[in-house]
Amino acid sequence: MTMTPPFAITLDPGTSLANETGSWRTERPVYLDRMPPCNNGCPAGENIQQWLYHAEAGDYFTAWQKLMEDNPLPGVMGRVCYHPCESVCNRAQLDEAVGIHAVERFLGRQAWEQKWTPEFTAEPSGKRVLVVGAGPSGLSAAYHLTRLGHAVTVREAGPMAGGMMRFGIPKYRLPRDVLDYEIQRILDMGVELQLNTTVDDIEAAFTQEGFNAVFVAVGAHLAKRINIPANAAGKILDAVSVLRDMETGAEPPQLGRRVIVYGGGNTAMDVARTTKRLGADDTMIVYRRSRNEMPAHDFEAREAEEEGVMIHWLRTIKYIDETTFTVEKMEIDEAGRPQPTGVVETIEADTLILALGQDVDTSFLENVAGVELAGDGVVSVNDQMMTGRDGLFAGGDMVPSERTVTVAVGHGKKAARHIDAWLRDTLFESAEKPELSKFTDLNTWYYDDAPRAIQPTLNLVRRQSGFDEILQGLTEDNALFEARRCLSCGNCFECDNCYGICPDNAVEKLGPGNRFAFKYDYCKGCGICATECPCGAIKMMAEEI
Amino acid sequence: MSDTSATQRVKFYQTGTHTVGNRLLDEADRTVQASMERANAITSGHRACQGCGEALGARYALDSAMRATEGKLVAVNATGCLEVFTTPYPETSWQIPWLHSLFGNAPAVAAGVAAAFRVKGREDVRVVAQGGDGGTADIGFGCLSGMFERNDDVLYICYDNEAYMNTGVQRSSATPPAARTATTPAVGDAPGNVFGTGKNLPLIAMAHNIPYVATASVANLHDLEAKVEKAMGMRGARYIHVMVPCPLGWGSASDATINLARMAVESGLFPLFEAEHGAVTKTNKIRHQIPVADYLRPQLRFAHLFKKDRENTESLQRIQRMADANIKRFDLLEDGGSAQ
Repeated sequence: MTMTPPFAITLDPGTSLANETGSWRTERPVYLDRMPPCNNGCPAGENIQQWLYHAEAGDYFTAWQKLMEDNPLPGVMGRVCYHPCESVCNRAQLDEAVGIHAVERFLGRQAWEQKWTPEFTAEPSGKRVLVVGAGPSGLSAAYHLTRLGHAVTVREAGPMAGGMMRFGIPKYRLPRDVLDYEIQRILDMGVELQLNTTVDDIEAAFTQEGFNAVFVAVGAHLAKRINIPANAAGKILDAVSVLRDMETGAEPPQLGRRVIVYGGGNTAMDVARTTKRLGADDTMIVYRRSRNEMPAHDFEAREAEEEGVMIHWLRTIKYIDETTFTVEKMEIDEAGRPQPTGVVETIEADTLILALGQDVDTSFLENVAGVELAGDGVVSVNDQMMTGRDGLFAGGDMVPSERTVTVAVGHGKKAARHIDAWLRDTLFESAEKPELSKFTDLNTWYYDDAPRAIQPTLNLVRRQSGFDEILQGLTEDNALFEARRCLSCGNCFECDNCYGICPDNAVEKLGPGNRFAFKYDYCKGCGICATECPCGAIKMMAEEI
Repeated sequence: MSDTSATQRVKFYQTGTHTVGNRLLDEADRTVQASMERANAITSGHRACQGCGEALGARYALDSAMRATEGKLVAVNATGCLEVFTTPYPETSWQIPWLHSLFGNAPAVAAGVAAAFRVKGREDVRVVAQGGDGGTADIGFGCLSGMFERNDDVLYICYDNEAYMNTGVQRSSATPPAARTATTPAVGDAPGNVFGTGKNLPLIAMAHNIPYVATASVANLHDLEAKVEKAMGMRGARYIHVMVPCPLGWGSASDATINLARMAVESGLFPLFEAEHGAVTKTNKIRHQIPVADYLRPQLRFAHLFKKDRENTESLQRIQRMADANIKRFDLLEDGGSAQ
């Protein structure tokens, strides 16, 4: 077919691509990656958003590997972490926070069922590191040091590994098969574990045994005591020993019918709930401040109350006469401190369990030159987690910090990185944190409305009578659903919005996994892409004119 | 991947079909605009204002029509913004066969193009005519009505930005009440466009009993593309009315275009529906209902309704009643709930 040019046209039509409308622009859109609040809030430094991204697509294996880059204990953490990530999740302002812990736990379960092992490549460094203490911090350090190519020996004074995960956290929150499995997986990577072995001479580890570095993480196991005036004291126990005895197979403590737990922390809640399961008729918590000031997490107090634990807020124990406890009412002053009122009452109980906090046993470090103690009897470390003794690092509950499993695991990772750098005569510098992704950066219109998937819980009668796990895991369908509730705050997830809604066709799609690029020759700077980006991964920046 | 896997079973996809694309959706459920192979009917370098809703709406519609017809498509254009900003002689932004004649005759020209293809035995080549609200509702209305009445095999798409924007924002018969334009200034007792005037083109099109009539919005791409695709699957006269916000004429921020289109739908002022042979067959439910004031306030053409301490509550209430009437007429709320 021959084409005859239309008669009225004297110039060949040219394309409008010759007209570079980018010159109109006063602001330019730029892609950026913001820090998601969950990642920012995770004490173990997990890249939560990234592993959720893989889980969303059903690629649980990659998700788990990503998770394992930061945390060797997903099954444990998915159960016992107080999930600060969820407290700061932007989705909470939309409907409910993403149930990150439940997805983490699901991935932990998948790894168990599929027998996955962490993938890593590291040349053996030839360096040997001694880790003292097989709690979460020590195990985490051992794991990360192994990933970095170092040979690790862990010495544990107790008969089993796990530290407070085993001797502090009751079974109904952390089943022991999960804990054992995840510890064994670390050992299977080549970590040597020596149980029932105390380390009394740190210097000898360096000089005689030839360890290149030492990481101490012995935890805080010494129960705090107080003096309460008594005529004749009844049975007084401490919470740490009660919980430890539950594990070591010792005879269950004879508690009697009525138990008072003194304290308002998570350990107080744990031990109170344990006594209910051991058959106490009445378990009462006595705490000198009110619910608002208690250090325990609210859900722990709530669950304790559900199980029948009675909490006496604003009370101190003044005097003990066998089974009669005189308690004084307190009130909170303007500074938030409890003040005595002079009003007293009495409570009858057979046993008193003290849950007033724990101290660190630092005696084994006394002769190590350079090691200094911070306030409260914990060990001082610098920003590389190193003590005053060159090559001696410390972490977990024995250094100044919040005492949780997650913080401890984070310490282990951080220490491992610094130990690695120290062994290589360099300095570990963490990447600069990008700006935080705020809820107001998001365009929430684009997300499907979806309430959180609910984890089933054990019925109350079984909770009061046994140590079965209370909170159940999610099914695959629910876990996938939950992962897909992630908003991907601040980081492009390739929804194609910018590519689709540019009136000037000035966004180039680079293909799956490669995101997009702006064609600045044509971008007029209208800003629609930034406004309509669901996750806030585009920012408008003023042009220099 | 088998159909029983959780990724297929769990019908929840993070952003679902609200975003342009979605890696979790099947390829077939993604939009034309998400595709790297989209036609890009209007390419870069056109002279539309920053944030132009019409440039976007036209590319959405024509790219979708191009896919539906496997590239066998001719577009006829009425005079208007779209024609002017895409073809300043001797340049063109069109990457599809495209024809412009006059302001008022696009439906007649398109009917002629369709007739010519029929005569040549090329009924596989499909015809789309398009114009703004002025070319459609006013100047080309006679030709359009004739095209409908004859049931010519043309899809006519009106990009409605509610005034003659190209010539300096004069009122059209699609301009909403109270809106300020160059010819309806915001002065006197009844500022802006007069209440009770204007035409509802989609309803007029339905009255012609043509095979297909639909409204669409640049804020709902999946819906727009589905309607264009459906229309291209039919023969005879078809009409799609797309609301396209105009930052210049509406006095709105250039980045607010999509959001305004969305709020027009969510307030009930611009109902999204489909009709076949004169009867409404489907309406889109409002997702998060908002009062009309939320939609009107960001637009300077309605600024006189929101003067400090002198909010024009009477006009706002009248506009709200229009939205409420739409909600009732088209049953726009889930579970038949009441407005507000």
